[in-house]
Amino acid sequence: MPIQYYIYLSLALFCIGIAGVLTRRNAIIIFMSVELMLNAVNLLLVAFSKMHHAVATAVDKVNNVGTDGQIFVFFVMVVAAAEVSVGLAIIVMMYRNAHSVDVNFLNRLKN
Amino acid sequence: MNVIQVLFWILSAMALVSALMVLLSKNPVHSVLWLVAVFFAISGHYILLNAQFIAIVNLIVYAGAIMVLFLFVIMLMNLNKDTEPQKNIWMKLAGAISAGCLLMILVSLIKQAPELQAKTAMMNEGSIGLIANLGKALFNTYVVPFEISSILFLSAMVGAVVIGKKD
Amino acid sequence: MSQLVYLVPLLPLAGFLINGLLRKSLSKQAVNIIGCGVILIAFLISLGLFFEVKANGPLIQTYFNFIDIKGLNIPFSFQVDALSVLFMLIITGVGFLIHVYSTSYMHEETTPHFARYFAFLNLFVFSMLLLVMGGNYLILFLGWEGVGLCSYLLIGYWFKNTNYNYAAKKAFIMNRIGDVGFLLGIFWLVAKLGTLTYGNVFAAAGNLSAVDVTGITILLFIGATGKSAQIPLYTWLPDAMAGPTPVSALIHAATMVTAGVYMIARSNILYSMSAVTENVIAIIGIATVLLAATIAIKQNDIKKVLAYSTVSQLGYMFLGLGVGAYNGAVFHVMTHAFFKALLFLGAGSVIHAMGNEQDIRTMGGLRKYMPVTHITFLLGCLAISGIPPFSGFFSKDEILAAAYAKNPVLWLLGVAGAALTAFYMFRLYATTFLGSFRGTHDQEHHLHESPAAITLPLIALAILSVIGGWIGIPAVMIPDANAFHHFLQPVITTEVVAEMPHTTEWLLMAVSVAVAVIAILIALGKFTKHPELNEPQGLGGFLAHKWYIDELYDAIIVNPLNALAGFFKNVIEKSGIDGIVNGVGRFILYSSRQVRLVQSGQVGSYILFMVLAIIVLVLIWINDGYIYTYLSKIF
Repeated sequence: MPIQYYIYLSLALFCIGIAGVLTRRNAIIIFMSVELMLNAVNLLLVAFSKMHHAVATAVDKVNNVGTDGQIFVFFVMVVAAAEVSVGLAIIVMMYRNAHSVDVNFLNRLKN
Repeated sequence: MNVIQVLFWILSAMALVSALMVLLSKNPVHSVLWLVAVFFAISGHYILLNAQFIAIVNLIVYAGAIMVLFLFVIMLMNLNKDTEPQKNIWMKLAGAISAGCLLMILVSLIKQAPELQAKTAMMNEGSIGLIANLGKALFNTYVVPFEISSILFLSAMVGAVVIGKKD
Repeated sequence: MSQLVYLVPLLPLAGFLINGLLRKSLSKQAVNIIGCGVILIAFLISLGLFFEVKANGPLIQTYFNFIDIKGLNIPFSFQVDALSVLFMLIITGVGFLIHVYSTSYMHEETTPHFARYFAFLNLFVFSMLLLVMGGNYLILFLGWEGVGLCSYLLIGYWFKNTNYNYAAKKAFIMNRIGDVGFLLGIFWLVAKLGTLTYGNVFAAAGNLSAVDVTGITILLFIGATGKSAQIPLYTWLPDAMAGPTPVSALIHAATMVTAGVYMIARSNILYSMSAVTENVIAIIGIATVLLAATIAIKQNDIKKVLAYSTVSQLGYMFLGLGVGAYNGAVFHVMTHAFFKALLFLGAGSVIHAMGNEQDIRTMGGLRKYMPVTHITFLLGCLAISGIPPFSGFFSKDEILAAAYAKNPVLWLLGVAGAALTAFYMFRLYATTFLGSFRGTHDQEHHLHESPAAITLPLIALAILSVIGGWIGIPAVMIPDANAFHHFLQPVITTEVVAEMPHTTEWLLMAVSVAVAVIAILIALGKFTKHPELNEPQGLGGFLAHKWYIDELYDAIIVNPLNALAGFFKNVIEKSGIDGIVNGVGRFILYSSRQVRLVQSGQVGSYILFMVLAIIVLVLIWINDGYIYTYLSKIF
């Protein structure tokens, strides 16, 4: 598959994730859209790693070029997991205080 | 078109439709479920690319742990369709259009990039996605970040507990 | 003595600074001593300089280069020669007497204002000295402007009265109108000759074409009409009577108004080269004589009569200049300074005694109450009417003789003017001092002779008015006795000596004296018994209203200018310029209020803006911004 198709797919998912962040008011849905964005990036990273592998394989049949991309994806997932736990804890706290998960109530930065 | 390509297109379609449904669902529980579908599709892509380890880890960690956590929280707060807050229509429109613009621009950017003209992603073969090779890279070159990520988890756990405490 | 030249103007300047800056802390006594003392010392030095110039000739002291650019070098220099030292003596001498007079006349003012008065008076003397001592036209112009400024300051001395402020503004503005002409004349001189120093200009005057000379002299004369109150710029002088009487005496009788005469006398070489200008000056001079004299015969304010009299006598001086009698004109300046200052100070004495009343219809019979003032005033009236052997006779006669030699019609008109002069002066004298008192009982009780500080200057000036003419006795009476002519000869080199048979001269003198005596007798006969108490009617009304010239000027010049200024103020300034400036401020306030709304605290909108920004940045970044080609590749 030409690499562009993967790029387009990943871009589409990423932009859908951005639309989700901008469009929804529920904090949890927003959080989920962020996860969607992260996944889009993961997909792209894996695709690129395979691209580099293909380029290198054309030269030398046996090689290990391209693992970096997939290691990176691994760490992205690690970080995403940690971030989700902390983020959800915060959302639960917010719910306890305001009894709502509407982000429009979070206007402490006003003025 | 061979099977691989057909599968690619089907999985892509599934991913995109599910992602859109994540946004458009009124009920948050439905959104979570659609997101799980997206993750399945993406894992399918990973398998097509022969990144087996990543595919499985994706399913276990994301679809299995993270989404379940989301569901717990949603159930905890008893959110359903009625209590869902709605943004005003203009903001939604603005958000959608700006995301669309961004997509258009980036797509056009990619289309004309000369460096990407002839490259392909190798599918269905290549051994770098196998656990053995990844493990070798992880524990040889990237061992330090690996160990540090364990500390990261520790701090995340502590943080979550501290934040969530009722005092 | 030549080392002390710079002290003469410097001392009054120092007096101005001390009295002006320390006006709140000095006592009246100190102000008096400083104000009068500096003028006295300046007079003594001028006296010394007079003897030196008489013995050794002119002194030119250069101090530093005032303007030194390529093609134009104007030094700051003083030229003390016969003409300027004469004027210096008049200014400091008469000035000193008026300063002494003012110490008593102004004693009712509070100390800061008292000091302010003397400061301005000293500043005036400084400027006038600069004017006459300057070695080039630029220093003259500096002094010229300075006296105009001091005139404004002193006319508007009692600044709490708005009418006085109007009068001061009128004086200043009319002066400035004349000054435009003066400046243009100076520019023309610089353009053609490249120098303004008197010696250089007069030496190179032969290089100027006829057009140049006529143009320059006419322009300088326009300046003189403004400063010396000739037609058409004379209307400020009667209004200038709003100032204190000593100011009227010093500035508007003895010194400032004679600046124009000085300037033309100094430039006699240029003026004698242009017959056109001389004719213009003579015609304007005689016209002013008659116009002012006719107005004076119907005025009822004691100071206004004297003001119009001043305008009229200035006309005589210009008539003299116009017919080539430069000596005569300067002689008349000197005698006029004596008797006009005397008349004004006497009027001030009367006003003081009458409790600030100035209308002569409420006076009368004052000779019984104020003998010294009465006698000195009478002497002044005789002098101005041209009765021998008083000073006015000699100076006026010299001018009239020269006028006859030029054109008998001018002489005839001059004699008519002399008759009118005698008439209105004795009308004034009779109405004020003769007959019986017509004022209120309170005023009658208040009448007294003025204190010594007022009467002593009056006596001094009276003596000068009597004997002052004897230095200029014409050759026809006593040959070679005209010391005045001899003295001024080095400076006034182009004097037209009227050669006419002796009998003609005696005849001219006799005619003018006879006419004056007849006018005096008519005036005395008419006004002693039946003073004019009613409002003037008909022709008299026309004259009393100053030929409605002020109203004419208002209609033609003042009102259109005010309308134009109002237009500029309301339309262009308020709506236009103010609008733009305020509009900028209002726009900024408005836009900042709108921009502030961005900070809504809603994180969602922040993310929206971030996305938009990314879009814009990407658009800009792509190949230096050629977006269209790339967007077209999608479609």
